[in-house]
Order: sequence, then C-alpha cells, then structure tokens
Amino acid sequence: MVAPVLTTVKFDAEGFMVDKSQWSREIAEEIARQEGIETLTDAHWKIIDFCRKTGEQTGKAPTLRTITDGTGVSTKELFALYPKGPAKKVAKISGLGKPEGCV
Amino acid sequence: MKTLLILGAGTGGTMMANKMASTLDLKEWRIIIVDKDETHYYQPGFLFIPFGVYRPEDVVKPKRNLLPKQVEVVFGDLELIEPEKNKVTLKDKKTINYDYLVVATGSCIYPDETPGLREGWHQNIFDFYTPAGAAKLHDFLETWQGGRFVLNVTEMPIKCPVAPLEFMMLADWYFQKRGIRNKVELVYATPLPGAFTKPICSTMLAGILKTKNITVFPEFNIMEVDNSKQVIRSYDETEVPYDVLVSIPLNKGAEVIKNSGMGDSLDFIPTNKHTLQTDKWENVFIIGDAGNVPASKAGSVAHFMLDIVAENMLSHMKGQEMHASFDGHANCYIETGFNKAVLIDFNYDVEPLPGAFPLPGVGPFTLLGESVINHWGKLAFKWIYWNLLLKGRDIPTVHSHMSMSGKKPVPALKSQKI
Repeated sequence: MVAPVLTTVKFDAEGFMVDKSQWSREIAEEIARQEGIETLTDAHWKIIDFCRKTGEQTGKAPTLRTITDGTGVSTKELFALYPKGPAKKVAKISGLGKPEGCV
Repeated sequence: MKTLLILGAGTGGTMMANKMASTLDLKEWRIIIVDKDETHYYQPGFLFIPFGVYRPEDVVKPKRNLLPKQVEVVFGDLELIEPEKNKVTLKDKKTINYDYLVVATGSCIYPDETPGLREGWHQNIFDFYTPAGAAKLHDFLETWQGGRFVLNVTEMPIKCPVAPLEFMMLADWYFQKRGIRNKVELVYATPLPGAFTKPICSTMLAGILKTKNITVFPEFNIMEVDNSKQVIRSYDETEVPYDVLVSIPLNKGAEVIKNSGMGDSLDFIPTNKHTLQTDKWENVFIIGDAGNVPASKAGSVAHFMLDIVAENMLSHMKGQEMHASFDGHANCYIETGFNKAVLIDFNYDVEPLPGAFPLPGVGPFTLLGESVINHWGKLAFKWIYWNLLLKGRDIPTVHSHMSMSGKKPVPALKSQKI
C-alpha cells in the first residue's frame, strides 16, 4: 500500500522522485521509512539538508565524497546513518535524482 | 603563431592530435602534445593478459608512431596547469603557453587510498588495470591450484565499468580450460546494487553470471583490506573472505589536476556534459575521462566525443556559438568467455537495449545478447583501435550520436528496480 503522503508523488523506475518541487519533510520521512530508516534524527537531517542545498546549487545529487567533504561526517558514520549505499539513499530521501557517480 | 596544447597522448589525446592536425590551418597554429610515457598501451587488451590471451608485448606501440609529423611531441612529467595564465609547467621547469588547451590526462588507479590494499600487493592481491598488474596476475594464475577468487570494485566511477564482469566471465572460462573450475569459487563484490549500472542490462548480465556460477555480492562498499585474515571489510562491517583478491582500486584523475586545483573531489575537471568545454575556462576542453561528465570512462566514449570537441573548439576559435552536443554515447563489447561476447550501445538518456547493430534487423552484431560474432567484433576492435580510432577517423556506420535504429525498447523491464 502506498503511504497517503506519497500518493501524488511521482517516482522514476529506480525510485527517485521525478519532480523535485513536490518534496517536503513529511515525504522525506516516508521515503526514509521505505528505505528502512524508521526515524530521521538530527544527524540524518544534517546530511539531507546538505544534499538539498547542493541539489539547489548544482541541480545534481552530491556523490558520497562530496557529502563527506562538505559535511565533515566520516564515510563510516555516513554508512551507519544510511546503511548500504548512502549517496543513493540520501538522494532518494532528499528528492534528488540518481547521483551521477553511478554510471 | 597560436598554440593548441594537448595534455596526454593516450586514446583521447592521440586521436585529438590527429584530428586537429588535419583540421587546423598549420600556418597559423602549432600543435603540441605532452605525455610522460613514450609507450602507448592498448588498454582494452589488459583484460586478456591475466588469462594468457594477449601477452604484454601485444598491447604496446611507440607513441611517436601514432602521432602526425606536424605535431610537436614533448615527453615529460606535468607539474602544474595555470588556466588563468594559459600556461603549463613541466617537472623539468620547461613552460608551454597556449591559446587553447585540451586536457586528456585520463584516470588512474590509486591503491593507496584503500587501507591494507598494498599489503599483499602483487603477491595474493592484484590489479589488472596496469600492464604490470595484469602480467603479475598472469604469472600467478598459471600455477594457482584453486580457492576463493574475489574481485572487488572499490568505488564508482571506474574506467570501463563492464571490465569487472568480463574479467569474471573470462576467469570462469580460464579455470575451466585449466580443469580446476570445480576448485575455484568466483565472487564479485561491488558497490553497485547489481551486476551493472543500467537496469535492463544489469538484469541480463546477472542472468549470465548466474549460469556461470559467479556469485555477486552487491552494495559492498569496501572500507579496508585485512590481509592477515584474508578478508575485505565494508563500512557496515561485512566481511568477504578471499584467497586471491583482484582489486579495481579507486579511480581518480591525474595528479597534475589535483596539484593545479582544477578538479572535483576525485580530481576530475567539472565539464559541460554536452559541449565538453570546462565549466570554468572557456579555452579549455576535455576529451575522454579527465572530465566529470556522467558517461562511461571508455575509449569508445572518447572516440564519440572527438568530433564534438573539435567542432565546438573550432567554433569557439572563430568567435561563433558552439552547436555540437555530446549525448554520452558509449559502445562496449562485453566478453563472456568461450569465444562469445555481448554488445551494448547506450547514451546519457537511453540505457542498453536489445536489437541488432549497426544495421537494423541485419547486425551483424547482436545488442544485449551473447554471440560469437560479437566476440570477433571485440577482437577486431584492436585493429580498428590502432588503424581508425587513434587516427581520428570515423568507424563506418557507427556515429558520434547514438542511433535508435535496430534497437527494441523493453517496456516490461522498464519499471524493474535493480
């Protein structure tokens, strides 16, 4: 079942939001739950806020290295917050496209 | 006299020099190319060296012979690029001033970026992205009696994203040929969520890997190598044990890009993905994988970029608008072992699709399907590389922009996640 907050949100074939302007913090929380992160803590939000900012400035989702360089959060911590593929997961939750490192 | 300076005489730089030597008015322009190495390596051949298909001497030619006489060739290490001053300095302190610059310094492996990777380096840990690594691995494999053979990709992007898959499928063929396949466990640990980067192709390749009994360990992001325990460990503390580890270490741009402060966090230069002009300097262009464009880091991509870079640079030299637009076209033969290969053809927007190539319905090559003819295409590519590609000539019927003719869309798989 689709969560009520996501009913009008469009996703592409790989689960990234199609229209960035639809994004809200509630939507982020719901996508995070689907990605296996029950609660978004301040530490999670620090990363999301950075990604949103980068996304607005460059039009692209930041790569893992851009996130660690830009936030000072170590790769290890980043994996603890967003297990498996942090760059991809944060991009999804932040309503951005697929990070371009993945070609 | 004006100067066009090309940095790097690998695949991209060599074809650029050949193209510009026949395009620019050489009464007005001099062309200089700089590289540290006098030997040109046919890099797609490295893959075959560990399995004895090619020997190291089969993949080399002197660089000078591949460049036109009219081009001034300088062999030396680059120290610094100063794009604000239109100046390049070599390690021997020689300086070259330029009017236009093409950066073709490519990407390299950096094993020191992964803790522990150097510990068993070229003993039970190998690479095949350097001629030395590929040759050492060949010597080792000849007498190896079996065990757990693990291939790990450190981090994307890497040069030739299909090479790891080809490597494992050739390993399967090689160990069968040696009669020890039943003693070898083949494991592919990758940071990607599946076998490859593009969904339809990934599904298809995952199927082939399964039939060959190659285990894929997806979403494995390596943190360190512990060679005393013979395990690779990920950031989320998963361990994959190995007897032999073949690593594709972190790929980054050239040292000189870092030293000149021109690159992103991986030392690739921010570049417009359509015009191939760098974002910051209008008289600096990129060919191949020195830039950060989201296309595959592969020789075919450099070839498809060539006409675009040349046309846009010429327009810019004349003060005209740049109209040529790169679409991210890539064309790769994927060796699957036993004299078969798969061919894929794709760009920024269209992922690899099944069909026939280059002529619709006729081929002779099969897209996204295994065939013997594809394998001969892969081997014939070596001739094409030395004789057409590096010379900056067109490959008949294969164009810079990807063509949809002959391709069959796969709507059923479109919604599939990898």
